[in-house]
Amino acid sequence: MSAHRIKRTRFDLVFDIVVTTLLILGCLCVLYPLYFVVIASVSDPTAVTSGEALLYPVGLNFKSYNMIFQDRRIWSGYGNTIFYTFFGTLFGLIITIPSGYALSRRDFAGRGLILKLMVFTMYFQGGLIPTYLVVQGLNLINTRYVLIIIGSFTVFNLIISRTFFESTIPVELQEAADIDGCSTPRFFFSIVLPLSKAIVAVIALYYAVGHWNSFFNALIYVSDEKLYPLQLILRDILISSQTLAADGMSDPETIREMETIAFSIKYGIIIVASVPVLILYPFLQKYFVKGVMIGSIKG
Amino acid sequence: MKAAAVTVKRPLSERIVRQVRKNWMLYLFVAPSLIYLIIFNYVPLYGIQLAFKDFSAAQGIWGSKWTGFTHFQRFFESYQFWTLMENTIVLSLYSLCMNFPIPIILALLLNYSISRKFKKFTQTVTYAPYFISVVVLVGMIQVFFAPDGPINQFLKLFGMQEPVLFMGSPEYFRHIFVWSGVWRQAGWGSIIYIATLAGVNPELHEAAIVDGANKLQRILKIDLPSILPTAVIMLIMNVGNIMGLGFEKAYLLQNDINIGVSEIISTYVYKVGIQSAQYSYSTAIGLFNNVINFVLLVTVNRVAKRLSGSSLW
Repeated sequence: MSAHRIKRTRFDLVFDIVVTTLLILGCLCVLYPLYFVVIASVSDPTAVTSGEALLYPVGLNFKSYNMIFQDRRIWSGYGNTIFYTFFGTLFGLIITIPSGYALSRRDFAGRGLILKLMVFTMYFQGGLIPTYLVVQGLNLINTRYVLIIIGSFTVFNLIISRTFFESTIPVELQEAADIDGCSTPRFFFSIVLPLSKAIVAVIALYYAVGHWNSFFNALIYVSDEKLYPLQLILRDILISSQTLAADGMSDPETIREMETIAFSIKYGIIIVASVPVLILYPFLQKYFVKGVMIGSIKG
Repeated sequence: MKAAAVTVKRPLSERIVRQVRKNWMLYLFVAPSLIYLIIFNYVPLYGIQLAFKDFSAAQGIWGSKWTGFTHFQRFFESYQFWTLMENTIVLSLYSLCMNFPIPIILALLLNYSISRKFKKFTQTVTYAPYFISVVVLVGMIQVFFAPDGPINQFLKLFGMQEPVLFMGSPEYFRHIFVWSGVWRQAGWGSIIYIATLAGVNPELHEAAIVDGANKLQRILKIDLPSILPTAVIMLIMNVGNIMGLGFEKAYLLQNDINIGVSEIISTYVYKVGIQSAQYSYSTAIGLFNNVINFVLLVTVNRVAKRLSGSSLW
């Protein structure tokens, strides 16, 4: 008996060591790149490209940030993205939350059909060009509206909010309100919404992060640089500049020098673009996880 | 007889009418999202007919001339067809083979981590990359894998003489694409399994411990069966989306050198449609892609329903 027990704990001990090692390795794989971006952005560019600054910053300086903040495009991109994120999220909430509530009501005749019509759009779309033509037909190409409207509503979020209302607002509550002569809008605004702050936060954060990180819609529907969101500006600086530098035919020495400076600017820009998300990360994590939990209750 | 039928029928239709009259406000509540979907999802379905027409801006969608299946034929016969199919499917399957099991493994590891604090810390760390935008992710890949980027610095420490041109050689594209995806999403993908594992009845584990089962046996006999339904659903969603491989990352990672392996259907649809304005041809390719995707999803869903009882609908 005792020999059996020792054998078992020995196996489990090895198991624990393996599990812990793997998890630590996983953490390092995720953390190191993020950490490296931070130290590279404040290190001397030549130290970064020569591999001296792999573990800690070398030649601490903030020149790259200085140059980034002097770039007008970054500021305009930042401003635009904040604008799109704010109004896009607001627009999305106005569309999603009341609909989610209505579809959660069992006494809503036709809700099954409406829901089916909505879910269908998740699995079959018209495609890029037909959608583009609709946006064009509405005269939304190259306007601020298009980036507020497109991508502001997803059926997935609607279903999450519906599931939430279905499981948290008891039918009895609504029946009691009905008997007292409380109208549907009044019930929704003064009883349902105050009970549903969590789901509003979840959906708002889903939309906000989506807008903040979105780049595809701007790429397709907007060509005026004044309207560019941050992600499109980032694409130009982070990704497209690489090819620019490689295309230049001047002597290798200058190319190297330019590349070195461009490199450290890139690290800085990654930080600058991600700061808001990093600051909000504790909230984001909490509410995003909550959203997954609610979503997983039903498909 | 007749009278009886009427008396049965009347209350039912009356009930619906009464319900509609009583709850008409709810239709107003649902109207914004319905209108949104009609404009941006259902009206575009009307535009699908462009796939069978030659679009002319002057005549509009309806007025353009029918051409039957010529656009499809052109696509199937084009030299790019098989390359695009291969690139899309290989990249998708490779992604799936990594992005499906790794979150499950991570969730199991977290479930058996030695302390609560360590578990929480690891979760916080591994979820973080999910919030990094694709543009920033690709920017990071570009600088990390550059000839004098950190990856090559490390290789140099381990005795590599010449820097590896990761971004400048097509054979690395798929690995970079897939593993950066794992880096970004593995933690996030594990949440759903962690939640399921937390819901496993602890008595099962207690009974197994009393019976002398070790942790590995508990994983195989208790944990894996309990996350199976969730895993099936996730697999259905992933397989159903094989042809819907995301545009953004592939497009951003593309360069002249890796285009042979990085051009996938969605990036091609964009280039043909938006960049060279061949609306009808692009619509046809997009439609072909959508139909395959849809059929795949329905099939996988049906198979899963028969095998395990879990399905999307």
